[in-house]
Amino acid sequence: MSTLTDSFATAGALVIQADPQLLGIVALSLKVSLTAVFLASCLGLPVGAAVAVGRFPGRRGLTVILNGLMGLPPVVVGLLVYLLLSRAGPLGAMGLLFTPTAMVIAQVVLITPIIAALSRQIVADAWREYEEQLRSLGASTPRAAFTLLLDTRFSLSTAVLAGLGRAVAEVGAVMIVGGNIDGVTRVMTTTIALETSKGDLPLALALGFILISIVLVLNALAHAVREWAVRRYG
Amino acid sequence: MAEALLALESLRFDAGGRTLIDSVSARIPAGRRTVVLGPNGAGKSVLMRLMHGLIEPTAGRVVWSDDRKPVQAMVFQRPVMLRRSVLDNLTYALSLAGVSHVERTARALDVLHRVGLAHLASRPARVLSGGEQQRVALARAWVLRPQVLFLDEPTASLDPGSSAEVERLIGVIATESCSIVMVTHNLGLARRLADDILFVDAGRITEHTPVADFFAAPRSAQAEHYIRGELSWT
Repeated sequence: MSTLTDSFATAGALVIQADPQLLGIVALSLKVSLTAVFLASCLGLPVGAAVAVGRFPGRRGLTVILNGLMGLPPVVVGLLVYLLLSRAGPLGAMGLLFTPTAMVIAQVVLITPIIAALSRQIVADAWREYEEQLRSLGASTPRAAFTLLLDTRFSLSTAVLAGLGRAVAEVGAVMIVGGNIDGVTRVMTTTIALETSKGDLPLALALGFILISIVLVLNALAHAVREWAVRRYG
Repeated sequence: MAEALLALESLRFDAGGRTLIDSVSARIPAGRRTVVLGPNGAGKSVLMRLMHGLIEPTAGRVVWSDDRKPVQAMVFQRPVMLRRSVLDNLTYALSLAGVSHVERTARALDVLHRVGLAHLASRPARVLSGGEQQRVALARAWVLRPQVLFLDEPTASLDPGSSAEVERLIGVIATESCSIVMVTHNLGLARRLADDILFVDAGRITEHTPVADFFAAPRSAQAEHYIRGELSWT
């Protein structure tokens, strides 16, 4: 119990002091994960809509693969991106390993399937309702997919949030490709892992509380916006 | 009979191992109001979707008398409103129809005035009542200046007041050199609006006669049965 109470106190103190090192870690976490979510949404939303609406061979197989990739183990993704970016790897010349960019790449690989699979489901459900009307109006398949993405925007926010939650909370991928370098690639989850292994459990747990709080606040904001929008637009 | 708008030539449509439309041949006259009647599951809606081109026939052809397909629009039983304003629902249809950007708003507003919905133009379409949504759906069809308007049970889920308004609008649209093909179970509506009745039973057209003849002296036993059965419920 003392560890828990200690860590609450530590978390409170860290937040109140606005410890610059802590702020840097939190800021890097958010910067990496939000960038990854943005890029993964740019990729995943169109892919999800295309698989939902398009008619092409292998569509079912692709759906199964997308759903399966939602469970990609972060360490495996980290390892694959590591091999790609390491000196001897195909992209080694770019010198990206152990940089925040490498962490963004790993997280994009990790969460694009999540956003694509969830948005595929959401758009496919809407397509059942809209298909005849849109085809009657003469919408091409790409146009219909785009229209559905716009029309399901409030539901899609859940898919994007699921991606953000996964990105900001995972440790395996960013640890391997980022290297947890102090001041350069150290984020909240890697710090927690480090402090735990060093035995500073209160500090590790305090960082954990801050991480959870940030995720909760982001979700609460998104939920409020969505509630308001649904009331407003139906 | 007047000049044909379209001809159905030995149309057949199979789905799920069943033949829903079986060797249907008919000529739909231009500039007239054709009402398709028949019991549930007879294939009325399927037939109309074949005419409109939403589904492809398994065998046979739908032949338009003009070389160029006429401008078509369809109104469904349940209106599908896009999650945007009433006005934007109409301009969306116009944009798919290739109408230039500058013309869209003026045309949409003009039609909204004529259907008495101008005051709702900026309201989100999805929060309107069912009756209002169906009127928006009619406006969205009308704004395309269709030469043929297909209606699939347009009043089936509306209260009597909304029903009467939708019926009035269909009458107005029909006076604008627009041919009408409508599926309905509302025999009062059929009597008031139809020029011709197309009676469908078990995937075949069993009767195609002027409305007065149909109700005075149905030629087939099924049609007589249908009229008596439906009337006892209305």
